Amino acid sequence: MSATVTTTATAPVTPTEASPQVRRRRRLSPGRRLPATRLLGPALILALWAAASAAGQLDPGAIPAPWTVLETGVHLWTDGTLPNDILTSLQRAGSGFAIGLTAGIALALAAGLSRTGEALIDGSVQLNRAIPTLGLIPLFILWLGIGETFKVAIIAIVVYIPIYLNTHSALSGIDHRFVELAEVQGLSRYAFIRRIVIPGALPGFFVGLRLGVTGSWLGLVVLEQINATSGLGYMMFQAQNYGQTDVILVGLVVYGIFGLISDSAVRLIERRVLSWRRTLSS
Amino acid sequence: MAPHAEQLTRPAVQLRGLTRSFEGRTVLDGIDLDLPAGQFTALLGHSGSGKSTLLRAVAGLDHEVAGSGRLTAPERVSVVFQDSRLLPWQRVLDNVLLGLDGKEADRKGREALAEVGLKGRERAWPNELSGGEAQRAALARSLVREPELLLADEPFGALDALTRIRMHVLLRQLWERHRPSVLLVTHDVDEAIVLADRVLVLDQGRIGLDLTIDRPHPRSYRDPLLGEYRERLLAALGVTEDHK
Ligand SMILES: Nc1ncnc2c1ncn2[C@@H]1O[C@H](COP(=O)(O)OP(=O)(O)OP(=O)(O)O)[C@@H](O)[C@H]1O
Ligand SMILES: [Mg+2]
Repeated sequence: MSATVTTTATAPVTPTEASPQVRRRRRLSPGRRLPATRLLGPALILALWAAASAAGQLDPGAIPAPWTVLETGVHLWTDGTLPNDILTSLQRAGSGFAIGLTAGIALALAAGLSRTGEALIDGSVQLNRAIPTLGLIPLFILWLGIGETFKVAIIAIVVYIPIYLNTHSALSGIDHRFVELAEVQGLSRYAFIRRIVIPGALPGFFVGLRLGVTGSWLGLVVLEQINATSGLGYMMFQAQNYGQTDVILVGLVVYGIFGLISDSAVRLIERRVLSWRRTLSS
Repeated sequence: MAPHAEQLTRPAVQLRGLTRSFEGRTVLDGIDLDLPAGQFTALLGHSGSGKSTLLRAVAGLDHEVAGSGRLTAPERVSVVFQDSRLLPWQRVLDNVLLGLDGKEADRKGREALAEVGLKGRERAWPNELSGGEAQRAALARSLVREPELLLADEPFGALDALTRIRMHVLLRQLWERHRPSVLLVTHDVDEAIVLADRVLVLDQGRIGLDLTIDRPHPRSYRDPLLGEYRERLLAALGVTEDHK
């Protein structure tokens, strides 16, 4: 009781009596990144999934519990089939990506830096882009057989297109004022390309790179589901025949993990290389 | 001694019948002009009178512009633009060294930055500089090449009045130390009077007024004798009493 009396006795300073404070402007950029927040969403989904399974709300035949998937994963790993399938898939995605990346950069440079190159290359790539790449699968099987080559070729095409498009548009969109500066400073053509054109086009290249990385996984999933003789997709395809949902989920989780890791790697490199940029994401 | 004397007498820039037009509209209409080596000249004119066109012609930057006439300019020309035009992906020192190589380059770049008061900012990124600092870095970039001719197109146009006065002092000091020929395009009559030894007014595609300003430096905006020059320049620009 006495405590209440003392609190009322000391008059609280009301906001209106306080000296006027300088109010910071409302910040429009989203602000500082919270650490590891990218994992928050997936963790939440996992928690919901686990809770629903534990509560018996999910049909284990359709969506098995997370721990069942984990068990199956461990089992597949220890009996050697999973590492083997992962390795095959990684090799496909890796070679396809490497070829696509090289081709995308080379073609973009050739088309972006010379008018002849542009005339020869740009139209063809735009045409190639208009054809859905996965629609080329039957033709490529006839040409290259149903082995590894055609899979790698399809992935390479899926990868090179976004890398080419973004890099090329960044190269040709280089700020005209910087071109003028290079002329004034008497830069050689080589120095102009190295110090102005390439650094100026890097942000566009990275947009293409991230799309390309995603594309390589996308191509892989489709190829391995419809024309698989080994690999993660093959494993999942088999599991479908035997109704093993847990194995399918293991495959999806592995795809997801690789997608996430490769995207983070590209982001990390991008942040390093483009450290001069202070954008919303910083 | 002899080549030096010759250099002083031979004009750094020589225009004979310089004509430039855009889509049939003549902007420069047969300009004859000599800029002696080491002279500090300002070029005034209305917006759209062709000042930038003239400057870009002298800099050799008008690749696709129709025109005729004879034009000689020195080998080493530097240009300062209205925007600092620093490459955002290069640190300040690397920006200053753009297009320069050789063993001495690094030292020269640091010296030039020190000269414009940017010592210690060598490793800063351009977007960390204030507008005035960025423009000083651009000045350093143009000076490090030891130009015989320095072309500047409204280099202080984007700066606040106070920074602008500081930059005037700096530019004049740098000019006194290095003695390049300067052609400074400006729309600011006072800036022209305070800085230049010769002021040109571009009007109807020709040099409408060629005024030598014979007053000692450093000059003050309040110098009453400069008022006379101001009146004449304003009159040449078509600004009469009731406009002021
Ligand atoms: N690339 C171009 N194409 C067409 N017209 C142009 C081009 N550049 C300049 N002009 C025209 O030439 C005229 C002179 O332009 P200029 O830029 O030289 O003027 P200025 O004196 O520098 O003007 P300001 O003080 O506004 O910078 C203007 O009428 C402008 O519209
Ligand atoms: Mg202009």
